[in-house]
Amino acid sequence: MSTDITLADIVVIAAAESFRGDGEIFASGMGTIPMLGARLARATFEPDLLVSDGEAFFVGNDLPLGGSDKVIEGWIPFRSVFDTVWSGRRHVMMGASQIDCFGNTNIANIGPWKQPKAQLLGVRGGPGNTISHATSFFIPKQSTKVFVEKVDMVSGLGYDRAAQLGDTVMRHHRLPRVITNLAVFDFETSTHTMRLLSVHPGVSVDDVVANTGFVLEIGSDVPISRAPNESELATLNHLDPRGLRHREVA
Amino acid sequence: MATDKRTTLDSAVATLESGMTLGIGGWGSRRKPMSLVRALLRTDIKDLTVVSYGGPDVGLLCAAGRVKKLIYGFVSLDSIALEPHFRSARQNATVAECVEYDEGMLQWALYAGSLRLPFLPTRAGLGSGVVDVNPSLKTVVSPYADAEELLAVPAIRLDAAFVHLNRSDMRGNAQFLGPDLYFDDLFLGACEPGRRFLSCEKIVTTEQMLQEASFHTLRINRSMVDGVIESPNGAHFTLCTPDYERDEKFQAAYVKAAGDKAEWEAFQNRFLSGTEADYQNAVLQWRKETAS
Repeated sequence: MSTDITLADIVVIAAAESFRGDGEIFASGMGTIPMLGARLARATFEPDLLVSDGEAFFVGNDLPLGGSDKVIEGWIPFRSVFDTVWSGRRHVMMGASQIDCFGNTNIANIGPWKQPKAQLLGVRGGPGNTISHATSFFIPKQSTKVFVEKVDMVSGLGYDRAAQLGDTVMRHHRLPRVITNLAVFDFETSTHTMRLLSVHPGVSVDDVVANTGFVLEIGSDVPISRAPNESELATLNHLDPRGLRHREVA
Repeated sequence: MATDKRTTLDSAVATLESGMTLGIGGWGSRRKPMSLVRALLRTDIKDLTVVSYGGPDVGLLCAAGRVKKLIYGFVSLDSIALEPHFRSARQNATVAECVEYDEGMLQWALYAGSLRLPFLPTRAGLGSGVVDVNPSLKTVVSPYADAEELLAVPAIRLDAAFVHLNRSDMRGNAQFLGPDLYFDDLFLGACEPGRRFLSCEKIVTTEQMLQEASFHTLRINRSMVDGVIESPNGAHFTLCTPDYERDEKFQAAYVKAAGDKAEWEAFQNRFLSGTEADYQNAVLQWRKETAS
């Protein structure tokens, strides 16, 4: 790996990869790295994705973060976002303050809901997202406080809860990727529990295990997360000229 | 002679009573009817049930102890993710009852209310913490061959509704000029006639509205509105694109003040102890002092 490739670059590529094969759907990224992942995927290997400006418009050009020279290709006010969510034509990558082995996630509150120790964002769109379409997660700092045995409030459904709701829900429910500062995970196991997919350069499997509060599925040969190629890196630098991605993971 | 629905902030809020259910339009820290909320804070009305995609509207009402029950899709300041007063209200359990919904569920509750339906079905919320913490939510089984079990989101009916739009005529035909109507039409639709109040940046003639933007922006018609109030800068410090953007500096000062009892008292004395005109003057003065 070339020395000028950073952890943030690796993580953005992993985020972009989670949208591979999605086709003509709304690739929605909450926060800098998920948004860059969606835009990078669209600018390179997944050209039919729709990406938004985070406000109310689909952006048709490869708009840098914070850029104003946008080509608007569609109008997506919140009402249309909800319609798109429930239609299933969306894949969102969002954050999670807690996640368990089945992918149940919590962005709502820490401690009991009735009187939380810390009120966070509330469930927001998590329940509707996870029951309707693909939802991936980006977690900038993995630890046993985040990768937990049991989440305090289920804002996003994991595979166990989805399975209890029957076939239709299971057909729509999908958690393609979990990406952290250490590694990439998925749930493609027979029990739909979390599996270690790759570790980032310089991270050991033991590092990942030490920062996980549940039992991970781990294969015998865990690959290293891939680095961007030269042209991807150039595109990424175009999309993030000020290097905002480096502020989210280091 | 057409009905002239123009009124004042104080006359509007004087029609509300303690214990009522109030819906507040806008979204987070975007186009919130803040001057109506500030007017409400000047009354003694309390024990409100507040329904909102919440921002500083919910924060201020919680901080002032006016909220008995809160029904929300979220409460956030957008550019600052967590609303400080809402946060402390939750962490100190100062609001007697909270109903936390998925964002789409809240739209459904208001839509059902506005269509006079008892509920609307959805999958959003099923299996999530929302049903764990709202045990009164019920499900309904599709009567068709699929027999799917869906969440029946109960309708919300409001006693009063506040929204802030960019333009309106004196009869309540109103116009949004920014990128999103949010759910302002549903808040008005779910409200009993009588206390559906619409503040706006500017009251114009009916003809003037189409001179400024296309007919697609005319999403509020006068059958949905009982009172119109001209309230320039009325959404401050939330955004009201394209008339003005969010006052990020002031919002940051609000958040900072909220973190400390003495500072919050000083903030209240300075900005929230007088009329709307006093508020706007105090903001202008504050801007002069903090201009860099």
